[in-house]
Amino acid sequence: MSLNKIFRNTLLVFFASILLSACAVKTTGKMQGDVYTGKDTVEYLASGVPDRVFFATNETVLTTASRETLRKQASWLRKNSKINVVLEGHADERGTREYNLALGERRANAAKDYLMTYGISGNRISVISYGKERPVDSGSNPLAWSKNRRSVTVKAN
Amino acid sequence: MRKIIFLIYICIFIFNWGKAWSLIEVDITRGNLNPLPLAVSPLSVDKNSKEKFKDLLKLEDIGVEISKVVENNLRQSGLFNPLDPKAFLQKPDIAHVKPRFEDWALIKAQALITGEVKIVDEKLRVEFRLWDVLAGKEIMALAFTTVSENWRRVGHIITDKVYQRLTGEKGYFDTRIIYVAEEGLKTSRIKKLAIMDQDGFNTKYLTLGNELVLTPRFNPTNQMVTYLSYFKNLPRVYLLDIETGLQEVVGDFPGMTFAPRFSPDGKKIIMSFAKDGNSDIYTMDLESREVEKITNHPSIDTSPSYSPDGKYICFNSDRSGYQQIYVMRSDGSKVKRISFGNGLYGTPVWSPRGDLIAFTKLHKGKFYIGVMRTDGTGERLLTENYYQEAPSWSPNGRVLIFYRETKSDSAGKGFSAKLWSIDLTGYNERMVKTETDASDPSWSSLLTD
Repeated sequence: MSLNKIFRNTLLVFFASILLSACAVKTTGKMQGDVYTGKDTVEYLASGVPDRVFFATNETVLTTASRETLRKQASWLRKNSKINVVLEGHADERGTREYNLALGERRANAAKDYLMTYGISGNRISVISYGKERPVDSGSNPLAWSKNRRSVTVKAN
Repeated sequence: MRKIIFLIYICIFIFNWGKAWSLIEVDITRGNLNPLPLAVSPLSVDKNSKEKFKDLLKLEDIGVEISKVVENNLRQSGLFNPLDPKAFLQKPDIAHVKPRFEDWALIKAQALITGEVKIVDEKLRVEFRLWDVLAGKEIMALAFTTVSENWRRVGHIITDKVYQRLTGEKGYFDTRIIYVAEEGLKTSRIKKLAIMDQDGFNTKYLTLGNELVLTPRFNPTNQMVTYLSYFKNLPRVYLLDIETGLQEVVGDFPGMTFAPRFSPDGKKIIMSFAKDGNSDIYTMDLESREVEKITNHPSIDTSPSYSPDGKYICFNSDRSGYQQIYVMRSDGSKVKRISFGNGLYGTPVWSPRGDLIAFTKLHKGKFYIGVMRTDGTGERLLTENYYQEAPSWSPNGRVLIFYRETKSDSAGKGFSAKLWSIDLTGYNERMVKTETDASDPSWSSLLTD
């Protein structure tokens, strides 16, 4: 490897790292990007099994933390095979009502699909969207909105 | 050649004739910079009728009350400036028979409305006249009879007639608004269907608030309402007969149906059906119960609204990645995106005139109510606010009603939801009076046409 090439690679890595740090998601207190990462509103289905996952604005993608929560829920559901659940999908107040109803439905289904890939039968899971109708935090600020963009797993029986 | 001359003669004649009859003209295309000053004289009532109406309606003077309805309507329209009745020199009964135009011109009234109320066979008989003060002549006279409880509607009908005579366009005063009345904490809001006259009077609640209800919309004859109810915690589109109170679920869908509206002929309901994370648009024929899938796309397709001729549908979709407005044929073919400005677009509603689509736009943290042509050109934003959405057209396509929410602190304090209206020109933005907080307004068509 020529010195020239090494120099070029170093430069590339250097620029790449600058680029990465610029892109890196800003973490501020209880949010990563605009996804809620705190525990304020979280309840527990069982010890160590959080009941909800949070989403970015206008997004239905499950974050790494959300997937971890859902895997815990799946394993709890496997152990408690008589329990059925309702997944309640929600949106924040910064969207039109009708679109938010669809968005909440899509969020709850994202969670449902993930539980199903971890072996939970679709028959045990029902889905309901509340759109922006049932916020958990009534504030009009980014932190409140991040808590409200959620899918909550609730025992149905 | 002779024929041509003859044609020209006719044209001039019509032109002059038209002119002679429209000395007072209200330009409604440019907003309310110079509202027309006019006088709404209290309607005159004879002693006997006055006493009888006092018993029947508990109103001190029904003539004064009806004229107040008219006056308020005209003022709210932003196009008229009703003058203070204290300045009126002529008595109502004499003014109605033979107005002294100099007196009305003196207080700068350009038009004058007079009338007479009588009780005839226990019914309310109203006669009214519209006068051109500067030309010194009567330009309209009408009379109608109705049950006495309808007295406010008489005021609205008079306003519609005057509005039409002076602007050349149909009015929107003898109409109702259906909306969602809201109470309680933001986190557990109680919502009821409510209906009221366009001016905020005669509010009636159609549901009790036991379940969440959203997005009510009238059918073309104003007898039925379609809306979303969370009855038994199953969000479904319902149909409600306002007179009988009978309700039924629309269709047998294995999941959430939402965003309903009637087709312009009232025979179908168009709505979204959400399943497995995908929302598509469907119609259901109310007679045959036949369900038809209109869109078929893995994105969210919602908020459908028909063009007045029923040939097209505008709707909201995020198939491009974000919420945008699309137009398609009513069979679902020829889907075309029409919104291309910065930001997100939602809640498209086709104007009753057919030429415009009203929408909600979200851009840089602000919400706008705007209009664009049906091909997406000529976008105009009428109003900007912290949060507002869901415009609904007045039946003449001149005014939009929508709802607006205010910011709240972390305890939820400061939150309110109110109805607002704005002229198509962007002028005359006004809060619409409601008994409680309110959202999701939908304007009826004219009750009497």
